[in-house]
Amino acid sequence: MSEGLTPSQTVGPFLGMGLPWPDGPYVVAEGTPGAITISGRLFDGAGDPVPDGLIETWQADPAGRFDHPDDPRGAPAGGTRFRAFGRCPTEEDGSYRIITLRPGALPSPDGAAEAPHLDVSVLARGLLDRVVTRIYFADQAAANAADPVLAGIADEARRATLIATAEPGNADSYRFDIRLQGDGETVFFDV
Amino acid sequence: MTTHPPTDLRLPNYPRAGRGVHPPLDSPGYRSTELRAPHQPLVLLPQRLTEITGPLLGPERVTAADADLTRQHPGEPLGERIVVTGRVLDSDGRPIPDTLLEVWQANAAGRYHHKVDQHPAPLDPNFSGVGRAVTDSEGRYRFITIKPGSYPWGNHYNAWRPAHIHFSMFGRAFTQRLVTQMYFPDDPLFPYDPIFNSIPDEKARQRLISKFSIDLTEPDWALAYTWDIVLRGTGQTPLEAQGGAR
Repeated sequence: MSEGLTPSQTVGPFLGMGLPWPDGPYVVAEGTPGAITISGRLFDGAGDPVPDGLIETWQADPAGRFDHPDDPRGAPAGGTRFRAFGRCPTEEDGSYRIITLRPGALPSPDGAAEAPHLDVSVLARGLLDRVVTRIYFADQAAANAADPVLAGIADEARRATLIATAEPGNADSYRFDIRLQGDGETVFFDV
Repeated sequence: MTTHPPTDLRLPNYPRAGRGVHPPLDSPGYRSTELRAPHQPLVLLPQRLTEITGPLLGPERVTAADADLTRQHPGEPLGERIVVTGRVLDSDGRPIPDTLLEVWQANAAGRYHHKVDQHPAPLDPNFSGVGRAVTDSEGRYRFITIKPGSYPWGNHYNAWRPAHIHFSMFGRAFTQRLVTQMYFPDDPLFPYDPIFNSIPDEKARQRLISKFSIDLTEPDWALAYTWDIVLRGTGQTPLEAQGGAR
């Protein structure tokens, strides 16, 4: 039922007042064992950086669990209270950075296994609603090949827009650029 | 770690909004959409574990003072003091308790406390225009603030935004995330605003307009506006959900 739903509106140019948190990019503290960095830039259809955007991430913990009552598998063992949520405003050059842990793979009701991923919301002036994408990891090739969401995207070049690649010489640092429109446009989802 | 067979995974489902509720990303009247709205069609994402869960951000992100935007500085801000209150619900009528709301807005003169805002109206040293609150057990929230002013913007000749407060909500699932704007009744700028009018459905558009409440208005102190926020539900009545898998 969608009757009565509150419609979306843009965050506008002044989202930087209300949405960023000082600890937003730090899903875990820098230096946490197993921490990874995901960084990249947000671009518009002219290839220019988007300096007034916000990137939000949501993900499973490294064991593929969510500390959430609607996960029917129950609370994660150990109760580490992993925040699992990151948010980072984009800078003048469109860049953002999230420090987090690698998410685990997930079971799926249809029997498929979802490869490790983060769900991403992109908010910006000029976006009347958030756009949603996913970050997968290039070093999870076998899991990615079996992932039902990636499998649903026939075009290989488009599929590649969802895959973060390790920076040369640093396996814990990944790059994930987001292109809102045009050449190399990132795949966005209707969730 | 034990892994349950996938057949145990009964997940709630959040039906998508009907046509016309949310603005199309490509809305030419709002010029900034031109280079930012994706051109490729959105790919349908089935709702699985990552989508039906979400950050449960609550009291730990907020202090009681965050909901009173008139008391964040040594002096009182200028302008008309108002109460903005209402409930966060899902479309099945269930209140969403303990969920974070974040708001930001212009001051009474229509100026944001932000370096990018060049509108030649005064800043108010006693007003930052940023607030946070967490809903109570019945999904209620309450802000005390100053009625924001209208302000010009560069979208087209003589473009002015109707007075509004930006609202950000999380709900309890990634599917429910919503950022929007709350407007005030009878704003003469509504017919001219491409952002407000980007919502195709007239009834949906009206749902962004708060209502004046004489009952909640506090004598000798502040006018009150009420505004309920409805996030996506699971299509189940509260009773069905109680008897469901969980």
